[in-house]
Amino acid sequence: MHQTTYHRPSSVDEAASLFAKGSDAKYLAGGHTLIPVMKQRLASPSDVIDLGKIKELIGVEATGDGIVVKSATTHYDVASSETVRKAIPALAYLASLIGDPAVRHRGTIGGSLANNDPAADYPAAVLALGAIVKTNKRSISADDFFKGLFSTALEDGEIITAVSFPVQAKAGYAKFNHPASRFALTGVFVAKTPAGDVRVAATGASQSGVMRVGAIEAALKANWSAGAIDAVKISADGLLNDIHGTADYRANLVKVMAQRAVQAAG
Amino acid sequence: MGVEGIGASVVRKEDRRFITGKGRYVDDIKLVGMTHAHFIRSPHAHAKIKSIDTSEAMKMPGVVGVLTGQQIVDDKIGNLICGWAITSKDGTGMKMGAWPAMAPETVRFVGQAVAVVIAETKNQARDAAEAVVVNYEELPAVPDIRAAIKPGAPQLHPEAPGNVIYDWVIGDEGATDAAFKSAANVVSLDITNNRLVPNAMEPRAAIAEYNEPEEHFTLYTTSQNPHVARLVLSAFYNIAQEHKLRVVAPDVGGGFGSKIFIYPEEMVALWASKKVGRPVKWTGDRTEAFLTDAHGRDHLTKAEMAFDKDNKVTGLRVKTYANLGGYMSLFSSSVPTYLYATLLSGQYNIPNIFAEVISVYTNTVPVDAYRGAGRPEASFVVERLMETAARQLKVDPAELRRKNFITQFPHQTPVIMAYDIGDFGASLDAAMKAIDYAGFAARKAKAKSEGKLRGIGVSCYIEACGIAPSKAVGSLGAGVGLWESAEVRVNPVGTIEILTGSHSHGQGHETTFCQLIADRLGVPISQVSIVHGDTDKVQFGMGTYGSRSAAVGLTAILKAMEKVEAKAKKIAAHQLEASENDIVIENGEFKVAGTDKSLALPMVALAAYTAHNLPDGMEPGLKEGAFYDPTNFTFPAGAYICEMEVDAATGKSSFVNFVAADDFGRLINPMIVEGQVHGGLAQGIGQALLEGVVYDASGQLLTASFMDYTMPRADDLPSFKLSHTTTLCPGNPLGVKGCGEAGAIGASAAVINAITDAIGNNKLEMPATPDRVWHAIHG
Repeated sequence: MHQTTYHRPSSVDEAASLFAKGSDAKYLAGGHTLIPVMKQRLASPSDVIDLGKIKELIGVEATGDGIVVKSATTHYDVASSETVRKAIPALAYLASLIGDPAVRHRGTIGGSLANNDPAADYPAAVLALGAIVKTNKRSISADDFFKGLFSTALEDGEIITAVSFPVQAKAGYAKFNHPASRFALTGVFVAKTPAGDVRVAATGASQSGVMRVGAIEAALKANWSAGAIDAVKISADGLLNDIHGTADYRANLVKVMAQRAVQAAG
Repeated sequence: MGVEGIGASVVRKEDRRFITGKGRYVDDIKLVGMTHAHFIRSPHAHAKIKSIDTSEAMKMPGVVGVLTGQQIVDDKIGNLICGWAITSKDGTGMKMGAWPAMAPETVRFVGQAVAVVIAETKNQARDAAEAVVVNYEELPAVPDIRAAIKPGAPQLHPEAPGNVIYDWVIGDEGATDAAFKSAANVVSLDITNNRLVPNAMEPRAAIAEYNEPEEHFTLYTTSQNPHVARLVLSAFYNIAQEHKLRVVAPDVGGGFGSKIFIYPEEMVALWASKKVGRPVKWTGDRTEAFLTDAHGRDHLTKAEMAFDKDNKVTGLRVKTYANLGGYMSLFSSSVPTYLYATLLSGQYNIPNIFAEVISVYTNTVPVDAYRGAGRPEASFVVERLMETAARQLKVDPAELRRKNFITQFPHQTPVIMAYDIGDFGASLDAAMKAIDYAGFAARKAKAKSEGKLRGIGVSCYIEACGIAPSKAVGSLGAGVGLWESAEVRVNPVGTIEILTGSHSHGQGHETTFCQLIADRLGVPISQVSIVHGDTDKVQFGMGTYGSRSAAVGLTAILKAMEKVEAKAKKIAAHQLEASENDIVIENGEFKVAGTDKSLALPMVALAAYTAHNLPDGMEPGLKEGAFYDPTNFTFPAGAYICEMEVDAATGKSSFVNFVAADDFGRLINPMIVEGQVHGGLAQGIGQALLEGVVYDASGQLLTASFMDYTMPRADDLPSFKLSHTTTLCPGNPLGVKGCGEAGAIGASAAVINAITDAIGNNKLEMPATPDRVWHAIHG
């Protein structure tokens, strides 16, 4: 690791101002991506600004029609939050599947979303649930937030402060583990709004990161059942193809995981 | 046996140290004035080094030296050796290319060291390494066996035309061909034995210290065999004479074979410590472990088995290509030949066997012994053939095996090995009972009715362990003898130190070896300690690998113990004024049989050292040594049966049950044996389902971290049901056979046989990932 300057600000404003001062500053949340690449010397930020100890960024709150998960809340805290379990149990379940216990006690929702790993779990939930990503500057809808592999709508220095999830009529998540990393080889989140709209998002499958799956959304809107997906054809075009999963296998997993997510949602 | 004697599941003495973080590994050692080494490694699989510019790096803070491959050649440090000579079928010797410890001209795998930076701190060494400029001219790479043997393939070493190291044969080709001609049925299979990374928990490390006035080196290193390291470093690498080199292998965190070999980094650390006049430390990181630890397996095989009309095996014909990587590692040549093809008879009476093994160079990490070393590959070939034959002949796989079992011992196979004893039917019976083999058909039908694919797979393995009778291996080309040495020191107050040439790096020797003494003398194991892993303390040793420590190492201790006991009895008889023949040893006392006269061990020991009243002519002291050379290999064997369920929609396989019935001869510590079997099974199952090295076409290692290389985790594995059937090994006085490798040898075939049974498609390569299984089901 190259030398760097570590900062632990106590407010979002202080963090943003430290970032502006650094010549090549990086925010640190759980650190599961940044620290390994720094250790490999693939990243050598001048300043590392730790968001994980900012009190205003930690916690879960119930709102009238949903929940707000603040950005530095750990996966463990989301998975074990009574508020989340009651409002959107599929979201708590998803958080419980991320990494291992050590990862879940350090990793945060904001860090996961800002990094937008194409195989991370949270992007599937945020996209399928139609969540709003709140930053220190604005609110960004899920459909506008994800911009492809490791790329988001966040501007340089912008900090995610919270994610607002609307409560659904039904929601479910099914994940097929990458055998080595335990990221999602493919994970599918399905959601049905109280108004009857259906959103389905798959992670781990596409070459361009988390994606909506229109064909499955249409099938489920017509008939909310696992069987409704039987006839859906998922193209392997544009899907990831690597040593752990060929594109046609991933196309199959999108369908099978969607069916299992529907079964889980009830 | 006593509460701590042979056969008792004594809790491991060493574990308190390990689980409280008080183990002392190489990286824990800090010497005064110690510097740190960081290697500069090739990013290319095959390239010429055009130039190396170290001038900027030399000016960096804390840099003590920057050394290159050319300098190591200029200083006449020897090339790495291969310790087992193999002769090709045309009578020529193996074609070995030069392997300097750092590459002076050509690199032949990604990760090969070309230079090293020595600096005051590890970070300074890394910083300076970034300032070293190496210019390469890339050459076309050969990433695997198929590419290596293609006509016109890029050549790795001028010494090895066509990248072929040797083309070796064993068995009777004519008789085997005749058996196939007259066969009623022939079964054939193409088999890939996937390449694996050993991944011991502790990465390799070395600290070298040079004492200039004494011209003496000390090397602390992660070795399974420190004496062999000293021998090779002094005899072949021109580092130092043996008496001027001490090698210490302290606590070592796992080896699995990968720490047998003497690697370039140890050589460079020693050489550099003299060059810079400071102790030099190198601790590999996990990436370096993936890129430089010798890998295992990597065979392509075509195998055929001939049967007569009664389903008796009449012949076995095998052609195997083995990938040895970019250079020949220390025992690489022997693994796919004498450790592989000699086990192709399996547990079966096969009158005719012929095998050809062609070993090739590729632009990959060198391949050498890894847990089982050749024997898992052999067992996989035989057990996949047996299962395939049963399906083709439409007979029960267990019964086809039973029909062909060897039942008379000793049994001479057509491929060198003479099996001394075994009861293969007993192991198979035990495994079938444990898994309720008879009830499987009903379970499969029930699973099918629930839309699930259920399969069962049998694997009856045999291995040759207790490596090895020196004369026999010498006649086959080995450069070393494979005996073991031991010394038993009874101290003046009666405590006992055992000095052994075996090395414990997870096996629990500090407990099991003490249990022998407890058994012999009736003293508690707390009175006994084991000394190992230091060439200054232990007179000599061949180390630990090939499941040899009990069969060979412990037998050497027994031989030394017998000498100690004989002398102690003489002393006791003299002191008690009795006949030596009347002395018996019980509960730590030397007793005159049939009387109440006795002398406690401490009193005998004290008498030996005070020497006030010893029999006439007896030397003082109570310390004896022994060398033990086995007369044969030992032959652990057993039956593994695995029941699996496959999710057809995802291709994911899950264990329903896994049973293992092993015959290891006498068990010293059943709890430790159980742990060894669990670990071996995890690695065998890992090979079958999870682990596999992948290089891309340019020779880049795609599986270079745990993010891509699937190490088995606890939740990947079932809860194993273990049992033992026992035939005592007649080849050593303890009747032990060895248990360290069995799981890794027998498990893979059981798993693949179960999955292919479940999905009804026999074409399935390891690792049987969900993707591969799904494609095997759906096309």
